[in-house]
Amino acid sequence: MIQALLTVGLVALSALAVATFPRSILVFLLFQGSLVFVYRARIPEWLRWSLLAVALLFLMPAIGYFNGYYLEVATQVGIFVALALGLNIVVGLAGLLDLGYVAFFAVGAYSWAIFGSPHANVIFGGSGFPLAGWWFYVFLFVGLGAAAITGILLGLPVLRLHGDYLAIVTLGFGEVIRVLANNLDKPINLTNGPKGITPISRPPTPFGLPYGEYFYFLVLLIVVAVVIVNRRLEDSHIGRAWEAIREDELAARSMGVPLVRMKLMAFACGASFAGVMGVLFSAKQVFINPESFTFLESIGVLAMVILGGMGSIPGAVLGATVVTVLNLQVLKGFSLWLNELKNAGVTVLGYSLADLPTQFEPAKYERMVFGIILVLMMIFRPQGIFPARRRQRELAR
Amino acid sequence: MDVELLVRIFPEVLLDGIILGFMYALIALGYTMVYGVLEFINFAHSEIFIAGAFVGVEILLGLKSAGLLDALPWPIVLVLVLIAGMAASGLLAVTVERIAYRPLRGAPRLIPLISAIGISFFLQDLIRLVESLWRNAFNLVYPTIDVLNLRFELTQTTDVSVKSLVVIAGALAMLGALHLIVNRTKVGTAIRAVAEDQAAASLMGIDVNRIISLTFLIGGAMGGAAGVLFGVQYGLINPYSGFIPGLKAFTAAVLGGIGNIPGAMLGGLVLGLLEAFAAAYLSLLTGGAFGAEYKDIFAFSVLILILIFRPKGLLGEVVRERA
Repeated sequence: MIQALLTVGLVALSALAVATFPRSILVFLLFQGSLVFVYRARIPEWLRWSLLAVALLFLMPAIGYFNGYYLEVATQVGIFVALALGLNIVVGLAGLLDLGYVAFFAVGAYSWAIFGSPHANVIFGGSGFPLAGWWFYVFLFVGLGAAAITGILLGLPVLRLHGDYLAIVTLGFGEVIRVLANNLDKPINLTNGPKGITPISRPPTPFGLPYGEYFYFLVLLIVVAVVIVNRRLEDSHIGRAWEAIREDELAARSMGVPLVRMKLMAFACGASFAGVMGVLFSAKQVFINPESFTFLESIGVLAMVILGGMGSIPGAVLGATVVTVLNLQVLKGFSLWLNELKNAGVTVLGYSLADLPTQFEPAKYERMVFGIILVLMMIFRPQGIFPARRRQRELAR
Repeated sequence: MDVELLVRIFPEVLLDGIILGFMYALIALGYTMVYGVLEFINFAHSEIFIAGAFVGVEILLGLKSAGLLDALPWPIVLVLVLIAGMAASGLLAVTVERIAYRPLRGAPRLIPLISAIGISFFLQDLIRLVESLWRNAFNLVYPTIDVLNLRFELTQTTDVSVKSLVVIAGALAMLGALHLIVNRTKVGTAIRAVAEDQAAASLMGIDVNRIISLTFLIGGAMGGAAGVLFGVQYGLINPYSGFIPGLKAFTAAVLGGIGNIPGAMLGGLVLGLLEAFAAAYLSLLTGGAFGAEYKDIFAFSVLILILIFRPKGLLGEVVRERA
């Protein structure tokens, strides 16, 4: 009872605080923290889910009304949650370490970017493109299919590889996709090279919603769908087959698990989530170029999965949120704060901050954040923050 | 197709390929030695390599600002820089092993690999952080030593610079020294014993942990030497420029048969030559449709094909599957 009151109070208070101080990063972090608290608190299920629904469906858009940037952050978090859940299938459930995951995201993004922009005219001639806005919804499925097929194409040749060799080959595959995106502006101009593709059409929004809110709700819808699919998969015979492969390939095969089919299915499922989000990402950004699909992004998504706990759905959601918020808000916020202090001529222990080198920009240290997360998690808590139940038992040695 | 042009650039491309190949060979040794002993891909080796390049450039810049760069004879400067780069990278590799790999020994196979990826990313930004605070720049240029840029004419159309010769000589010396250490000394025997069977080696009175540290030290030092030579040869370095050469050197190690020291040298040379020829000839042969940009794809395709069709590499033994 006390916990129930506490959670309701905390959510309401933090939402109010965000409305009052729309510029304060700390307050927004408090709001996000209150949602995690709701998820973990010992309260009746109906209360938990209605609180989360109210917070995500009403409070978050309302906060976005006061400060549009927060809605953007929430949308980004949603995109990365879907990516982390997709990678979670490949790495967490099936135990295939994929270091080139962002390639599937790129496939989805380019599928809509090419056909949803005038760029397709360059390839096919004529002036029939861009496709009308409603095609976007069709392309959500086209992107899903294209990414799934790419996943199978990658999976086929590497099926025989295990563990670390597989990781390196998927890394190479991710780089190949990026290099292709960078250079396929000749002999046929498919991707427009490093210049990228723009303008990419957006779908017409229902009820005259502004695009910020529209993409937020669309991402939320997709994330909910992805979570449901993931939960259903986890306990299906497919999910169990994946976990069996992860634990012991030989034993799984002896028990009649069709290795080839299951591994390909893991690649295809994981890839398809990234494909859908890629389509959405390209429409949201209006402009894409190969810079959005680097190895850094793949490792970022991996860090999310590892932080939350491999094979754990709530873990992937939490990991994606924490890492995205760290990058988008904490690092940037620290940078801005430092700049303000610099401009104000503050001195710390006799050292004037204005003397800090200009090249020292805390916002640029994403890699260090990812690196520290990966190493510390591996050494101290390899099962992640919210371990998967089965995994927890396995690692309890 | 301009056959005459193809023939004319051949010696130059060959030379480029050999230099690149020796560079890959030196880096590949770090991967292959560690893999031989621990069956583990030291993903952070590319940063250990570039750390050597940074220590080298710092010393050269320091000497330059002290006015000693032109005063001291250039071979002494080079040897000094090489030794410093090797020491720094070797110690870095040992530290990394101690902190991030040793606690994970015996864990499921992917766990140390993920830790190594984390260290790799951490080191990239750490180098950037240190250089940003110290020099307010992290894209650094190796100071030129005039003697190194002198060029000898080989044929009418080809010439070779002193630094290319120095790089080749340096790489050869390193590879030779390593060969002697591994095959002719007691320590080398111990390293080979640990690679063969850790449990049996420890029963024979070999301190396995020390030998593993030593392996990282030697592999790291080779990487550091490669870093300094990389800086001398190509000039511009930044904290992220170790990643792609590292990946390619790993490819070279796999190509030669991972865990196999002569294999890494051979694999490095083969990959360097393949890449140099791909970079030079791809665009000429396809009429400009595909250019040198595709040389990375080329190297990765080699890796994928080798792993699929001949996972033991050119010289390798059969790779054992660890349970």
